[in-house]
Amino acid sequence: MPSSPSRIFKQRANHGEFLFNVLLRHGPIHDCGHGTRQADKVATTRFPIQAMSTQAHVEYEIKAPRSAISVDWRELWRYRDLFLVMSWRDLSVRYKQTVLGLLWVVFQPLLTTVIFTVIFGRLAKIPTSGDAAEASRVPYPVFVLIGLVCWQFYAGSVVKASDSMVQNAQVIQKVYFPRLIIPGSMMISGLVDMVVVSVTLGILMGCYGFVPHFVSIAVVPISVITLLLTTIGQGLLCAAINVRYRDVKYALPFIIQTMMYVTPVIYPASLLNGHPLLKDLMIWLNPIAGTITNTRTSLVGNGRVDWSMMAISVLMSLVYAAIGVIYFRRTERHFADIV
Amino acid sequence: MSNPIIEILRVGKRYRIGAQREKYESLRDVLAKKLSRAGRRNRENLREFWAIRDVSFQVHEGEALGIIGKNGAGKSTLLKVLSRITPPTEGRIIMRGRVGSLLEVGTGFHPELSGRENVYLNGAILGMTRREVTRKFDEIVAFAECERFLDTPVKRYSSGMYVRLAFAVAAHLEPEILIVDEVLAVGDAEFQRKCLGKMGDAAKNGRTVIFVSHNMSAVMQLCSMCVRLSQGSVAEVGPAADVVRGYLGAVQGTTYLNEGTSTESAYIRRAHIVEPISGHLEYGKPLVIEAEVHSRVTTRLALEVSIRDERFHPIIFLPGGLRFGQYVDIEPTAPQRLICRIPILPLATGNYSVDLILGDGTRAFDNQYSALAFDVVTSDPGGTGRSFTQAGGQGCVHLPAEFTSHHLATGAQNK
Repeated sequence: MPSSPSRIFKQRANHGEFLFNVLLRHGPIHDCGHGTRQADKVATTRFPIQAMSTQAHVEYEIKAPRSAISVDWRELWRYRDLFLVMSWRDLSVRYKQTVLGLLWVVFQPLLTTVIFTVIFGRLAKIPTSGDAAEASRVPYPVFVLIGLVCWQFYAGSVVKASDSMVQNAQVIQKVYFPRLIIPGSMMISGLVDMVVVSVTLGILMGCYGFVPHFVSIAVVPISVITLLLTTIGQGLLCAAINVRYRDVKYALPFIIQTMMYVTPVIYPASLLNGHPLLKDLMIWLNPIAGTITNTRTSLVGNGRVDWSMMAISVLMSLVYAAIGVIYFRRTERHFADIV
Repeated sequence: MSNPIIEILRVGKRYRIGAQREKYESLRDVLAKKLSRAGRRNRENLREFWAIRDVSFQVHEGEALGIIGKNGAGKSTLLKVLSRITPPTEGRIIMRGRVGSLLEVGTGFHPELSGRENVYLNGAILGMTRREVTRKFDEIVAFAECERFLDTPVKRYSSGMYVRLAFAVAAHLEPEILIVDEVLAVGDAEFQRKCLGKMGDAAKNGRTVIFVSHNMSAVMQLCSMCVRLSQGSVAEVGPAADVVRGYLGAVQGTTYLNEGTSTESAYIRRAHIVEPISGHLEYGKPLVIEAEVHSRVTTRLALEVSIRDERFHPIIFLPGGLRFGQYVDIEPTAPQRLICRIPILPLATGNYSVDLILGDGTRAFDNQYSALAFDVVTSDPGGTGRSFTQAGGQGCVHLPAEFTSHHLATGAQNK
């Protein structure tokens, strides 16, 4: 064999890559025949492949796929740099060649708040709570902005994620990496937006003199997690389906728009108290509904959080996440062929 | 002996032709298909095809392996399976190292981002860590020769600059196994040489390289071993020179015989090197080639001769018609013997092959690559004992020329 380890070692070391070299080359590649080290065993897994080792040595097998539903966390970890770079790309590309730049992140929800306040708050006189005392205490702009923070993250991320695989078709057909990274990184930029808008919300709440109820220490993190899980699940599902059926691209904006009206963004969930069946349906099928309702109660309401509603939201968000991840993982191996 | 770094065991990949042709199907199509499924099933089976099937071979560490074959032989599919972009339908592959695949330069480049940002983005997509990119950043920029434009969005780059930067990133990828598609050979000749050189370095540094190409001389230059694919399966594995020769359909020797299977209207029936009859040429001695030409129609044609070096680069072209006006009128009843005599052939030592082409100036009737072969055994033009070889890399054709020298001050010529 033309390359003895020592030769490679010498040449690499010359390039000042000593440490790198030791890490990469000191693995058992050269003594695979002994079969004693752990990495010598071939990992027999489905496609995409399970890497058997740390950075020192990678050995894997490529096979015809069988059903695979688990997420290869170790592989995802190895590709963390790509995930970060892709997220950063989405963020930095978005407002290139704009004058207002990041201000757009704040403008959109603020303008929507103003418009909704005028139309639904003033003209349609939608109350901010089923309880009259509460309704008079919570002004509509704060009420609707809390809903919009959650809703715009969800809607924006699902739409972007659903189109992400097609947008990156070129890359998918030329390079392998865990495909989860693409829709995943899309959500990061949505998350950053949400943080920025949340700061705006905080300022608005401060202007109105609201201090969050102490229960929000528990509610807000749970809400964020619920929101993330639901969004990831539905985003992955749409992304995977969109690879094969482009109908998603056309149907989704319409569905999302419709869904905003069956989510308590512009009205309180208590508006449906007279229709228990409708309300239950909404809370069970749409984890965002419970999330928004309880976040409001904890941030500007009386703090009487509906824990059972919260539990349903968390449970359903887990279900959505599982469905999304499983479907995505089952179909991702063929993305390059059909995208 | 350690295990091979790549083992490919009976790998196959099946595509459904329908699914490929229709770029995507809509829900309505699927519903319609589901409804009428019973009647359709048989027909759908017919629309399957195996892009590759039963492909098995091994690659050892530090080897540079070429994959050649005609269009549609399955090269690209095999690369995609090896790079894990698409899964095989059957069989398995064992990889014992980090794989970096370059099926394209500039994958994932974003036009809005600056050169600097794209280096990081592209590096990450190709599988480099940020630390790796940071370490090699200066090298990459130097290779691409674009220091001044690092902070300009790449959409403002010239296409040359864009490709250079893209390749520079790719060239600094250092996996244990490098998979390269020939699309890498983009840009001008100079740049292509740089690409090949860089890949050659990778192979020399003990990395394993898999290289797909239509460029036979590049394969010969870069690869020690070669696999020839034909209709989705392995037709030949062996040393690169042998496989390439086999691919070019070479009947290596001083004679060439066409058994009469040609369907062309005019064709070369047989040909041989008549001088030197042994096929071993001495430097500066004549080379004479004879070809027996048959025709099924009455036409005018000429013999064209092209000589290639060991790497199958054409180095000499002698178009009998265009250059020398030696057209021949030929009739179906009267085959002709065409002779090409090169009175002085000053070539460096090494092997050469001869292409024989029958053309009428606008089209080729018969085109026989590497129909004949000969070698040059001595090459000592100065009689100094210093021999010129092809491998020496100083060119292999020595033309007659006149060198003189003059005194700069007086203009007088030296005797």
